[in-house]
Amino acid sequence: MAILVIAEHDNASLKAATLNAVAAAAELGKAGGGEVHILVAGANCAAAAAEAAKLAGVAKVRVADAAHYEAQTAENVAALVVAAAGDYSHVVAPGTSYGKNVTPRVAALLDVAQISDVVAIESADTFQRPIYAGNALATVKSADRVKVLTVRTTAFEAAAVANEGGAAVEALAAGPDLGVAKLVGRELTKSARPELGAAKIIVSGGRGLGSGENYHKLLEPLADKLGAALGASRAAVDAGFAPNDYQVGQTGKIVAPQLYIAVGVSGAIQHLAGMKDSKVIVAINKDPEAPIFQVADYGLVGDLFELVPELTNAVG
Amino acid sequence: MKILVPVKRVVDYNVKVRVKSDGTGVDIANVKMSMNPFDEIAIEEAVRLKEAGIATEVVAVSCGLAACQETLRAAMAIGADRGILVETDVELQPLAVAKLLKALCGKEAPQVVICGKQAIDDDSNQTGQMLAALMGWPQATFASKLVIADGAATVTREIDGGLETLEIKLPAVVTTDLRLNEPRYATLPNIMKAKKKPLETVKPADLGVDVAPRLATLKVVEPAKRSAGVRVADVAQLVDKLKNEAKVI
Repeated sequence: MAILVIAEHDNASLKAATLNAVAAAAELGKAGGGEVHILVAGANCAAAAAEAAKLAGVAKVRVADAAHYEAQTAENVAALVVAAAGDYSHVVAPGTSYGKNVTPRVAALLDVAQISDVVAIESADTFQRPIYAGNALATVKSADRVKVLTVRTTAFEAAAVANEGGAAVEALAAGPDLGVAKLVGRELTKSARPELGAAKIIVSGGRGLGSGENYHKLLEPLADKLGAALGASRAAVDAGFAPNDYQVGQTGKIVAPQLYIAVGVSGAIQHLAGMKDSKVIVAINKDPEAPIFQVADYGLVGDLFELVPELTNAVG
Repeated sequence: MKILVPVKRVVDYNVKVRVKSDGTGVDIANVKMSMNPFDEIAIEEAVRLKEAGIATEVVAVSCGLAACQETLRAAMAIGADRGILVETDVELQPLAVAKLLKALCGKEAPQVVICGKQAIDDDSNQTGQMLAALMGWPQATFASKLVIADGAATVTREIDGGLETLEIKLPAVVTTDLRLNEPRYATLPNIMKAKKKPLETVKPADLGVDVAPRLATLKVVEPAKRSAGVRVADVAQLVDKLKNEAKVI
């Protein structure tokens, strides 16, 4: 039996999270799961499929190219995956908003459990996953015939683009258009900065910044100099300082960059749950007792309105 | 139009859970329990749709222990018209809950089911999508805006990197994200009124659903603790550490 990875892509290229899902699948393969296939469902998605063929560990790319996969709605994609699932022991998707939308539908239609947000693979049927916002780690064993999982992308290194010859690319017959959901539009935040989930450096702001104006005035120049993504605590998002998709934490994005700079972030449990796996954490806060300092590698106590511009100048 | 809203009783979001020393789970004895925050948003949205004259009835459903009655009363205090408890001592996993909800959808015939996007205990983020799949209905997950008109729902969804708007045919499942609304505080008169609203109890067997867990939890451990690092005196020292010690800039 083989392992099927559901690729996340925008028809032109793969999303970075797909590379992490492939790496997790390759690990499953080593644990006895068999070879790794990747499903690219889209419209005019040959470019994304070609990219998938170059990933280390991928044995076969299966492409379903049809107009009704253009928007990759959960209903149509899940039906396609279920139709192909007979050949597979595992179905793996990245634990992104895309993967979380589609994968449970696949599991339910196969009448199997889904294992969400896997952070470690112990064997072909035993996985570790966080519960209670990462305050506990559960090891679960599945007895289902097909194991359907989403993987936390920060827990697996991205698969290398190293398959010189390229894996076989094979067409997969499209399923029917269920026609029950229609994409009206997408409004993606336009930014020259890296995506939060994939950034090597994140500059994140909390309520200590005081206003949305301060958030932008202080953090943007620093993020620009470092080539960093911008993040925010839930408190800052709730206060309207930053848009919701900047939110890092239990209810927002889970990130693990090389460097996480928390500015005016107190360090509520729910925020820590989203960033505590970062390699290096810097905290800048005027309150020396703030819980963020308990997880910070480097803590700087003081007035962020002075320290952040000073830091911006110093890293130039 | 009837709206069904599943609500889950979970450890309150302000509680820091502790892993049991024998590694069998987290200790929830004598811990404050509340309605899952995302479900509270779901109830609020359903009640607003009723207040706007779009929905005619809001039915809250909870699956689990007898104590889930409190969660249903809380939902009715926000404005749900009645409650259904599917009572069982069995540990319920998302697929089992989706099957119970499917059976109730068969009986109640709602046009919309509004679920929280995930419960803050097991963090699965599955039940709404699974229910939609089992019913053969469309879904719109992670909603930050919901408009219902002419047999369809137009839903703005929070996706990675921005927003997406979907139009889905009813009946359908919608799952809530944080920004959909801010749930009201239940007033004392409404809490009193909620005590008199109808609450029906059924068992999984009455619904013909096998709720046996599919995943066995082998152990639960605490994650590795991150230890606090050092305090730096000033920006110059910080930059020096980042460049020469951590080598991250």
